[in-house]
Amino acid sequence: MLKKMLGTAAALTLLASPAAADIKIGFVTTLTTPVAVIGKDMRDAVELAVEHLGGKIGDDDIEIVYADDEFNSQKGKQATERLVLRDNVDIVTGYIWSNVLLASAPVVLNADKILISANAGPSPLAGAQCNANFFNIAWQNDQTPMALGELLNQQGVKSLYLVAPNYAAGQNMVAGVERTFKGKVVGKDMTVWPSQRDWSAELSKVKAAKPDGVFTFYPGPAGPAFIKQYQQAGLEGQVPLYSVYTLDSISLPLFQKAGMETVLGTKMTQFWAPDLDNAANKKFVGDFRKKYGRYPSFYAAQSYDAINYIASAVAAVDGDMNDTDGLRAALKKADFDSVRGKFTMGNNHFPIQNFYERTVVKDADGNWTTAVGKAVLTNHQDPYASQCKMK
Amino acid sequence: MDYVLLTEQFLNGFQLGIILFLMAAGLTLVFGIMDLVNLAHGSMFMIGAFVGGTITLVTGSFIVGVVLMIPAMLIIGIIVEMTTLRTLYPRDHLDHVLATFGLILFFNEATRLVWGPEGLVVPLPDFLDGTVALGAITYPVYRIVIIAVGLLVALGLYILVSRTRIGMLIRAGASNRTMAGALGVNIPLLFSIVFGIGAVLAGLAGLIITPITAAQIGMGEDVLILAFVVIVIGGIGSIRGAFIASIVTGVIDTMGRSFLDVFLLLFLPENAAESAGPALSSMMIYILMAAILFFRPQGLFPPKGAG
Repeated sequence: MLKKMLGTAAALTLLASPAAADIKIGFVTTLTTPVAVIGKDMRDAVELAVEHLGGKIGDDDIEIVYADDEFNSQKGKQATERLVLRDNVDIVTGYIWSNVLLASAPVVLNADKILISANAGPSPLAGAQCNANFFNIAWQNDQTPMALGELLNQQGVKSLYLVAPNYAAGQNMVAGVERTFKGKVVGKDMTVWPSQRDWSAELSKVKAAKPDGVFTFYPGPAGPAFIKQYQQAGLEGQVPLYSVYTLDSISLPLFQKAGMETVLGTKMTQFWAPDLDNAANKKFVGDFRKKYGRYPSFYAAQSYDAINYIASAVAAVDGDMNDTDGLRAALKKADFDSVRGKFTMGNNHFPIQNFYERTVVKDADGNWTTAVGKAVLTNHQDPYASQCKMK
Repeated sequence: MDYVLLTEQFLNGFQLGIILFLMAAGLTLVFGIMDLVNLAHGSMFMIGAFVGGTITLVTGSFIVGVVLMIPAMLIIGIIVEMTTLRTLYPRDHLDHVLATFGLILFFNEATRLVWGPEGLVVPLPDFLDGTVALGAITYPVYRIVIIAVGLLVALGLYILVSRTRIGMLIRAGASNRTMAGALGVNIPLLFSIVFGIGAVLAGLAGLIITPITAAQIGMGEDVLILAFVVIVIGGIGSIRGAFIASIVTGVIDTMGRSFLDVFLLLFLPENAAESAGPALSSMMIYILMAAILFFRPQGLFPPKGAG
């Protein structure tokens, strides 16, 4: 009896397989540790993207295999190895952290599979170590802070103090601001990441330096802690705080709950905003809010884009995941409806796109969110693209 | 030299020292007196933050949170001691390390189950949330409160250990457990209470830092390492040593973070100073510990009667 059932099952599987092969997408993100809130936002966006696609690309079912990097580059690399070697996924995406991506990328690329970063954009992969199989659907780390440096010039900031965490992305962010900021940098502190959560020493130095503005970058739950201490130190209202990737849809509800009104009006730069005016974004933000009852963060927007980006390439090769050349060519075209609007892929496989000014505001219902302003940089390509040998 | 900045950094270092002292005092009671290597002391720091933070959010008062956290941590500490640690005393230190490391994993997972992965943000009452002018410097009110609370606890602990009957029993139990037991002291009960006091001190440290940093899973582990450095520098088993070493460690760590890069700029090119500064400043207290171990292996203030 059992044998017969097994036989039938095997026959059914054989029959079924050509019609409903799975496109297996590996998605590496942080699902545990305190920064798991970011991973959750990304996963929610991926689920929404799959739902919008009807669970299929062409005839093939989409299967997402999530993997947890545990906020640690070694664990991230192991998770990637499991996806590539054990689960045999067709394509790998995700990655929040630059250090995790840098450790994991060789695993995917050596297996001749395609890797698409949905957040991290470390400079080596955009320049000398660019790779035909590596694509980034978010931004290069330097670009957003470069836009911020430009914004600081426009705001008339003459002297600036920088405080950021001492790891790959933190260094890129600081270098990005310094690249475009025309005034004087009066101080710079790189703090221990991720363990340091008390910035009393750095904030005292900021107070003593009396700059026109402070630039910071603290992603995840470190951001609210930094801004809270900024307020407690009496700096808020005296020195304007500018940031990238620190105030987002994950941290703003926390500030709202704590009633920290002084955050309203804070300026930052980003390639996307929940109120950016295009059809794909309206659908994404509207359905995300309907489904989860909150605004999506930029992490979510990029993850949503990553899935649609992959879907556009898979459709272009009719689901033949062994056609790596065809996939690469389609990915290079980036022909899909991005939530950021129209953009192109650069020679190093990083986006050439606009960066906008954003301001923290209350929406019509009183929820704290960000409003998009004018474009600070238009069709901007990262500065490392010229070091990449790909054409 | 900018004296305003220097004074402010000294206060920052002192405040960090106070937090370290609250951790190290509990650790030194448990390690120095009960001879138990307790890696899970950092978990008590975390549990204190989450339990006290939750009470604060439910009652709407941070003061109530702190007051009710004390009996809660005493009970949790005593339960942990009675259920798991008690069986470990006769075994060697490596077994202590293994078992208490297991407790860390257990507490981290338990916290995730109860509170979720995103942690807890605890607001401060308005009267603690501003800054106060002290002469030429303005300083956050709340950090001054932390310093004051720490000093009061230090004083209270000093009186408890050196002037009270329970303190006498603790000291007797520490010098010679068997003899004190033979004289009719209930050693198991005494140890439960000592462990409970240690848990309260760690929980207090965790809770009072939470309005500044927010409560996070695993938040105790980094502080625990520093607290171990402190008790090694201060002399294992000595509350006085733990106090002085905490303040020294806190001040040196903060001063290193704030002035080392400026100092290195005097004789290094800008790029080298920028990258060497943060690296060196995070090593400074370990260098200090190594130096002290070399010259005074028993620590700066070993308790009387020990090595």
